[in-house]
Amino acid sequence: MSDILDLEVSDYIVELSDLAIGRFSDCRHFFLQSPDRSVTRSFNFSTMFAKRIIPCLDCKDGRVVKGVQFVDLRDAGDPGKLAEIYNHEGADELVMLDISASQEGRATLMDTVNRVASRLFIPLTVGGGVRTLEDAQRLLSAGADKVAVNTAAVETPDLISEIAAQFGSQAVVVAIDAKLSRDATVEDQPSLSGGAVVSRLVREPDGRMRQSWAYPRVTVRRRPGTSPWDVVTYGGTHQTEFRALEWAARAESLGAGEILLTSMDADGTQRGFDCELTAAISKAVHIPVIASGGAGGLEHFAEVFQRGAADAALAASIFHFGQHSIRSLKEYLMAQGVPVRLSKAVENPKLNG
Amino acid sequence: MIALLDYGAGNVGSVMKAINYLGHAAQPVDNPELLERATKIIFPGQGHFGQMMTALGKRGLLGPLKKILSSGKPFLGICLGLQALYEGSEEAPEIPGLGLLQGRVKRFEGIFKVPHVGWSQLEIRRDSKLLAGVPTDSFVYYCHSYYGPETSQSAAVTDYGQTFAAAVQIDSVWAVQFHPEKSSEVGLTVLKNFLEM
Repeated sequence: MSDILDLEVSDYIVELSDLAIGRFSDCRHFFLQSPDRSVTRSFNFSTMFAKRIIPCLDCKDGRVVKGVQFVDLRDAGDPGKLAEIYNHEGADELVMLDISASQEGRATLMDTVNRVASRLFIPLTVGGGVRTLEDAQRLLSAGADKVAVNTAAVETPDLISEIAAQFGSQAVVVAIDAKLSRDATVEDQPSLSGGAVVSRLVREPDGRMRQSWAYPRVTVRRRPGTSPWDVVTYGGTHQTEFRALEWAARAESLGAGEILLTSMDADGTQRGFDCELTAAISKAVHIPVIASGGAGGLEHFAEVFQRGAADAALAASIFHFGQHSIRSLKEYLMAQGVPVRLSKAVENPKLNG
Repeated sequence: MIALLDYGAGNVGSVMKAINYLGHAAQPVDNPELLERATKIIFPGQGHFGQMMTALGKRGLLGPLKKILSSGKPFLGICLGLQALYEGSEEAPEIPGLGLLQGRVKRFEGIFKVPHVGWSQLEIRRDSKLLAGVPTDSFVYYCHSYYGPETSQSAAVTDYGQTFAAAVQIDSVWAVQFHPEKSSEVGLTVLKNFLEM
């Protein structure tokens, strides 16, 4: 590109505010472009920041289950075994959700958490039925690194700040179940305006991969005065007064460290993530956004990173039933230009003796 | 005795799990007497720089800690345990650090999301026993809003809009900004290297 100008890194903050095009969550190489494409700046970074792939274990009575839109549960295995398989395959993180907890008031399965955590050396998030600071404390001491709060946070937003004050923001994931409002529509043919900035990998002539950046094409139409997505709770059975964008921003200001965003419209359909929702939330907050709901094929993951500006993507059934391995997903994403962690041949040091 | 320094807010539990998984034993240590008996020290830090330094002081651990750092006993700081080695931090400007590394810990600024949460690559700057068997460009797990600037003691760096110290070595004192206990095989390799020094 002939109009790329190389700048010192110290220049980019000022240039960014002049260009006013948003935030970046990755680094290696990227370029900024003004909305009319008249000004371009490029930057290079020496190390890559990966998009995360997170398998989710929806647990009930110590077994992993996954529902189609949270109803009609199917059994998909033993959580301890799945956790080990996923860790070995290169999962970047693991999420365990006790999906029955909110509906039936079940205590989260502490021994399952303990068992999974003792052999897992990647971050573990546990959620489902976390209603109090004490619930969070119990899960963290059982071996969780982060707790996910959902229904209880909507009902008592201060729960977010309480957990963050006690254990740090890095330990608080606010799970948001979002559903398109009946009075909103999403454009079929998205335009260039709006949306967050996303990255992809490009192979240089010398063979080295570099990270480059582009605008996703996302436009959401809504009637004046309305927000396109509502927050639902209790596993999607309860409509709230909260709007997803506002709630995400408020959760961040209360001390949330990450947002786990589930599209109730996409969940269980296997037709792809809701990229419009994900890009809108990603733009509304400064903290990482984990996209969830709707993964059915490898291409859906590329879409949610490139068009949805997600920092991480979470899925369950696509992995549990052996449709796709995490390694094959990551190889696909790398080929599509999405920066991912493909582990090198480092053997398990325990086995090496 | 391998001491796992516990000042009340560190992530002692998950580091202990990883040590045990690797077939070693360690003892959580929260008082100066025990700390002085340690032959090897791991210092996992988490939370707020000022609160950490204050908590160490209140428990009488600062003196013994400084003694250990110049004693030649192997020491491994993790996350905030790396930041503690600098002269101070923007997170608590009035509270001094241990001053083993020159410079002050800074907050990430600019266009990247803060905190830096997730997997970034290591760029190995020089060989060290701690990073033996860890190839350059290996991914490790980070979770931090503040970083220690690169110095001549940096054994590895990571670039997240700012190039920062990912791993440091000053004689027998090592420290990593990433979480080896959460960095899968690469992290376990780092811990194993330290445990077997």
